[in-house]
Amino acid sequence: MAGVDKAEELAMDEAAKLGLGEDERQQFGMAVRECTVNAVVHGNRYSNKKKVHLEIQSSNESLIVIIGDEGDGFDMSALPDPLAPENLLRQSGRGLLLVRAFVDEFDLHPRAGGGTEVRIVKHLLKS
Amino acid sequence: MSIKLTSRQVGDVTVIDAAGRLTLGEGASAFRDYIRDLAAKGNTKLLLNLSEVSYIDSSGIGEMVSGFTSVTNNGGQLKLVGLSKRVKDLLQITKLYTVFEAFDDEAQAVRSFHH
Repeated sequence: MAGVDKAEELAMDEAAKLGLGEDERQQFGMAVRECTVNAVVHGNRYSNKKKVHLEIQSSNESLIVIIGDEGDGFDMSALPDPLAPENLLRQSGRGLLLVRAFVDEFDLHPRAGGGTEVRIVKHLLKS
Repeated sequence: MSIKLTSRQVGDVTVIDAAGRLTLGEGASAFRDYIRDLAAKGNTKLLLNLSEVSYIDSSGIGEMVSGFTSVTNNGGQLKLVGLSKRVKDLLQITKLYTVFEAFDDEAQAVRSFHH
């Protein structure tokens, strides 16, 4: 799981360079952390033969992080709603809820070559 | 840094002082074992002090919920005190403010067990 901490740290460092405030940095870092944990746990299922791919792109307008796994794919529609009353006491299933809350854009799609790729974006310029 | 957990008694309420990060891995599993152990020993009034917790991720939230369920299933109560704005935000986003009773002040939290 050291890679999860590293991914979060890299994203937060980039966010700091771009001038994001402390709260926004930590929220974006947590979004990267949750996506990376999903890639390791649900995507690659802890296989040390599979990699997690991390790409960070930044510009004056946005900070983009792309996290890919080498798993068997992922059907987001099959996830139970973590906010439904019957699911509130479930132990897991809140990661993507937090990711969506903390980023401006979220996209999950099949990764070229297999697995799943998540793209999260934080806009730097507020309209 | 992972999570550091200590407990103390305030009357018949067991206050758990947590410090550090409650995240996937060592922190979350240590937290789970600690709460379950206290519940198994018959502690039914548990107050989790999060004032020194700097970071909680979804796994940490999951362990808090799991702890809540363990304690409740043993006939006890698990309440929260000392939530930072960030932790309050997490409880709002996840709607867990409807599950956890949370207080800003420890004395008030302790009294709430006796109402």
